[in-house]
Amino acid sequence: MSDKASGEGIGQPVRRKEDFRFITGNGHYTDDITRPRQTWAYFLRSPHAHARIRAIDTSQAEQAPGVVAIFTGKHVAADKLGGLICGWTVSSKDGTPMKVGPHPILALDTVRYVGDHVAMVVAETLADARAASELIDVDYEPLPATISLDTCQNGNAEQVHPEAPRNTCFEWELGNKPETEAAFAKASRIVKLDLKNNRLIPNAMEPRAALGEYDKGSGIYTLHTTSQNPHVARLVLSAFVGVAPEHKLRVIAPDVGGGFGSKIFIYAEETACVWAAAKVGRPIKWTGDRSEAFLSDAHGRDHLSHAELALDGNGKFLALRVKTIANLGAYLSTFSASVPTYLYGTLLSGQYDIPAIYVEVDGVYTHTAPVDAYRGAGRPEATYLVERMVETAARETGIDPAEIRRRNYIRTFPHQTPVIMNYDAGDYEASLDAAMKAIDYAGFPARKSEAARRGKLRGIGMSSYIEACGLAPSAAVGSLGAGVGLWESAEVRVNPTGNVEVLTGSHSHGQGHETTFAQLVASRLGIPMEQVEIVHGDTDKVQFGMGTYGSRSGAVGMSAIVKALDKVEAKAKKIAAHLMEAAVEDIVFENGTFTVQGTDKSLPWAQLALSAYTAHGFPSADIEPGLKEGAFYDPTNFTFPAGCHICEVEIDPDTGITRIEKFVAVDDFGTIVNPMIVEGQVHGGIAQGIGQALLEHGIYDAESGQLVTGSYMDYCMPRADDLPSFTLGFTKTVCPSNPLGMKGCGEAGAIASPPAIVNAITDALGIRDIEMPATPARVWSAIQAATPRAAAE
Amino acid sequence: MPVVAMTVNGKPASADVEARMLLVQFIREQLGLTGTHVGCDTSQCGACVVHVDGRAVKSCTMLATQAEGAEILTIEGLAPDGDLHPVQKAFREHHGLQCGFCTPGMIMTAVDMIRRKPDLDEETVREELEGNICRCTGYHNIVKAILAASQEMR
Amino acid sequence: MYQFNYERPKSLADAEALLAKADDPKLLAGGQTLIPTLKQRLAMPSDVIDIGGLKELDFIRAEGDAIMIGAATKHATVANSADVRKHNPALAALAGGIGDPAVRHMGTLGGSIANNDPAADYPAACLALDAKIHTTKRLIEADEFFKGMFETALQDGEIIREVTFPHPEKAAYMKFRNPASRYAMVGVFVSKGPWGIRVAVTGAGQNGVFRVSEMEEALAKNWSPDAVANVKLPAKGMNADLHGSAEYRAHLVTVMAKRAVAAAG
Ligand SMILES: Cc1cc2nc3c(=O)[nH]c(=O)nc-3n(C[C@H](O)[C@H](O)[C@H](O)COP(=O)(O)OP(=O)(O)OC[C@H]3O[C@@H](n4cnc5c(N)ncnc54)[C@H](O)[C@@H]3O)c2cc1C
Ligand code: FES
Ligand code: FES
Repeated sequence: MSDKASGEGIGQPVRRKEDFRFITGNGHYTDDITRPRQTWAYFLRSPHAHARIRAIDTSQAEQAPGVVAIFTGKHVAADKLGGLICGWTVSSKDGTPMKVGPHPILALDTVRYVGDHVAMVVAETLADARAASELIDVDYEPLPATISLDTCQNGNAEQVHPEAPRNTCFEWELGNKPETEAAFAKASRIVKLDLKNNRLIPNAMEPRAALGEYDKGSGIYTLHTTSQNPHVARLVLSAFVGVAPEHKLRVIAPDVGGGFGSKIFIYAEETACVWAAAKVGRPIKWTGDRSEAFLSDAHGRDHLSHAELALDGNGKFLALRVKTIANLGAYLSTFSASVPTYLYGTLLSGQYDIPAIYVEVDGVYTHTAPVDAYRGAGRPEATYLVERMVETAARETGIDPAEIRRRNYIRTFPHQTPVIMNYDAGDYEASLDAAMKAIDYAGFPARKSEAARRGKLRGIGMSSYIEACGLAPSAAVGSLGAGVGLWESAEVRVNPTGNVEVLTGSHSHGQGHETTFAQLVASRLGIPMEQVEIVHGDTDKVQFGMGTYGSRSGAVGMSAIVKALDKVEAKAKKIAAHLMEAAVEDIVFENGTFTVQGTDKSLPWAQLALSAYTAHGFPSADIEPGLKEGAFYDPTNFTFPAGCHICEVEIDPDTGITRIEKFVAVDDFGTIVNPMIVEGQVHGGIAQGIGQALLEHGIYDAESGQLVTGSYMDYCMPRADDLPSFTLGFTKTVCPSNPLGMKGCGEAGAIASPPAIVNAITDALGIRDIEMPATPARVWSAIQAATPRAAAE
Repeated sequence: MPVVAMTVNGKPASADVEARMLLVQFIREQLGLTGTHVGCDTSQCGACVVHVDGRAVKSCTMLATQAEGAEILTIEGLAPDGDLHPVQKAFREHHGLQCGFCTPGMIMTAVDMIRRKPDLDEETVREELEGNICRCTGYHNIVKAILAASQEMR
Repeated sequence: MYQFNYERPKSLADAEALLAKADDPKLLAGGQTLIPTLKQRLAMPSDVIDIGGLKELDFIRAEGDAIMIGAATKHATVANSADVRKHNPALAALAGGIGDPAVRHMGTLGGSIANNDPAADYPAACLALDAKIHTTKRLIEADEFFKGMFETALQDGEIIREVTFPHPEKAAYMKFRNPASRYAMVGVFVSKGPWGIRVAVTGAGQNGVFRVSEMEEALAKNWSPDAVANVKLPAKGMNADLHGSAEYRAHLVTVMAKRAVAAAG
């Protein structure tokens, strides 16, 4: 391999190809695109959490300056469009399928959360559209709202959907109840904890946007949108909503400014824009503002759980039982049913050998924005629960937190947990040891007493997390209720001049695929990275794909590329054999050159590529001209990134402010293609985890259902001075389930960090629990409650 | 409608605009310079930061008319000859960006920060970034990039 | 934003004339409060009169034992002024801690106190430093100026020209920032000067900035952090919201006062 190629090879911290356009202001995000004769959409949203719509009068608004058209639910219904769907069906214990309330694109007779879509105004300018929306007269009959998870299942709680009595969408269970009960019966100690997993609002910095167009001549619709998975959007919009047949709908996700899950889903706004573009005969653009993002992006987390852990006399875990109430919001969003079930319950074994687990999850409706996948999706909730329980068990048994983990780690693989997952590889103790060393765990007591001399409370907490990534074997998810398969596709097109285009169904919105995918291809073909172009995000270019989420692009997306490259290489060897008059078996491909084994005959890559297209003298029965191969890769298992995060905090008891003094993350992601990019993913994940643990909380007023944290004035985003620099380390067990041995790294930080932080805070304060986010006010109150005399300071 | 005239990235720019047009709208919509972004509606995220007469300003919190006669520098004008500014280079070198949406505002803030405070340390950089929110990077590499650029420019 | 006329007067006199003439005018200085308000369609002025660029309102002068600061002087200018740093470092530090660098490049002293946001910083400085607020019509003592949340003694058509800050002997400002907005959740400005001793609190109270006479008396007897450490404020009258209870804010006033006295030396 040339120096250049090895500098760009797998495992190298190659600088990103995509950066040039972003650092010079030449990115192309959806809102950057403008079309001739473009109109603007503005959505009139419900000011009520729950109300009946008696009538909507748009007559005055229609006369307002610049107005092109106004659409309400009636227009949508008249066109017989379907509603928005949930692509995953979960069944209850009694075997009945989940109870789904309809999710119309524009409300028909009822609004179910503040921000629910009531009407779309299309006008010459955004200002005109917004001004006109204020002239729409909606006659609402306000109704009581169900907001609180504590009471939403009560018999007298206001119903969100008549289809779902007691606001219960499903009562799901997983695991073996009798075995779990039996294990509890013989336990020598039972640890119990009630836990809340706070509601989060995703806040990708680019707000959602859409530009819908319709070409009358061809009948083709085009939608530019902020999507993590444009092909899934196209499939849903055509097959379920019925906007246009799939072959007449092109969905393009250009540069996308962050997603974190929130841009997986198919929302009302983009659907309405592309549908209405044909009605008004002009392009329609909608760009959400931040306030709209707060109200209408799908939120994350929001669980209420009771957990019990049974231990024997030696601190060995015998069984875990969990009851969780998971908020789904007012409507099911694209994947919302899967998040608190198959992405949550299946991870409750953590890194531990727990012989029996039983979990019940009630998915409930409330009059709040839909809740769906947000970075980690179900796995942070599972990890939070497991790692808080383990920490509490350590404290109650008096066993050191590291020691109790060691006693219970899974040490042989494959390991079948009682909750579906079959862990394929891992070395949990290696991460624990590395993390303890990096944070100087042994030196903590000295640091704690030094802090105490300064009047500060210092605490340390760890979290040994595991997650399931690489979503996912299609057969497995199909049997669990998914409406789609979770394979990935790739196509490698070799041009006559030898440079290469790789079409992938993965979508990059910050993850750096243009770099890492190119690294893979360039090192495999022995060509410089600049000769590789990664094409993604356009349904006209890439035939199909499942998109990017669940840390799947490496393990699944890159595996598909490997598979396509295998085919390219096979064909290229055939051509080389023909050209060099040798047997295919004797052709060796290395460093971009084909050679005939045992001879000095060779053929460089570029020459082979050209020959593939000139095709002079190919035996046409054997070798087709051209060099282009596609592949679909369906994973054989989930992947299981795991590791250990340790956090050290210092609390100012006067103000309740928690500062993170040290944060160490040691992760096992299997093979790492680009450590620089992987570290960046971990940093970002930890920041979101710190956000959840200390700062962020989506709050609705319990009575009115208004979103109290509807802007950055009240929703506390992590800023640079809230965070420390992080210390990262890596251990490696290769993933046996895919050709590259990759596990995925995009969510680990957000999954692992919250319990580490809360474990550290509760350690510092000497208390059992504190609710997230542990704001200064909450920490101060906890100190007051624990030591009444401190108030007199 | 008032006519505004200013210099943007060294070139004169003028237009008839509504009085209510924000500077960021003027830059993005009138001039088509879409490198300057809008990430919030409460003046907090800093995705829209440009330089007005040499100082970092949130272009979403300024009327276009207020910029009458001013010299505006946007991300597109930072390296006009294609030779990257040291801050741009440092963001690339230290992986100070992921999705890139906050990046133009971050870079313009960083250039202003280094101009005002050539002797930066980590704590100061973090404080100075109060008005710029990034959801992707956890700031770790942004801080590293700014410190490296400030060293480089010393 | 609703439509409005934009005017950029060349002098303070022109600004006054425009103000008198318009139906429902609004002054614009740095715009860091007014523009977000307009964007949210919470205000609908007929005319926006931009005094942000008026040179006659943009100055810092140290004269005798006071500093005069023009109303349109930006926060960053105050923070970096050699005169302010020399004679009133607490004021410079306060200005340097308002919002973020971009906000400080635009926001002005006059705009801040005219707006009198209950969580703003400058009102605490004005009250604690016995500032004199000079308008186009009169001189208003700081004690008379702030009238509760977003309310001031300013009348229609009245423009703040400058604020005079007498030099303190000792002063410091300690701010506990709201974790989300970064405005003051509790800010305490303590001072000792020709006016005696003053303790002004912003952010905490339901009626905006206020003085704490118990703390002032305690400090008059004994200028030390311990003197205020034992002065507890009642929770009644304090703000309460998702960021903290009234009790918490009352407690923070004591903590911040203690720290401010320590910092003032
Ligand atoms: C992101 C952000 C963070 C902020 N953080 C803080 C903070 O931490 N602490 C803090 O104190 N403030 C903060 N602010 C507010 C900031 O300090 C504003 O600059 C200030 O409150 C208003 O000043 P302005 O010059 O921008 O006034 P403008 O917005 O132009 O005007 C505000 C009001 O004052 C009136 N006005 C302006 N000048 C005069 C005058 N000379 N005479 C009479 N009336 C006048 C206007 O008509 C208007 O009603 C923040 C603002 C933002 C956007
Ligand atoms: S867009 Fe200007 S601060 Fe957010
Ligand atoms: S890089 Fe995505 S918001 Fe900063």
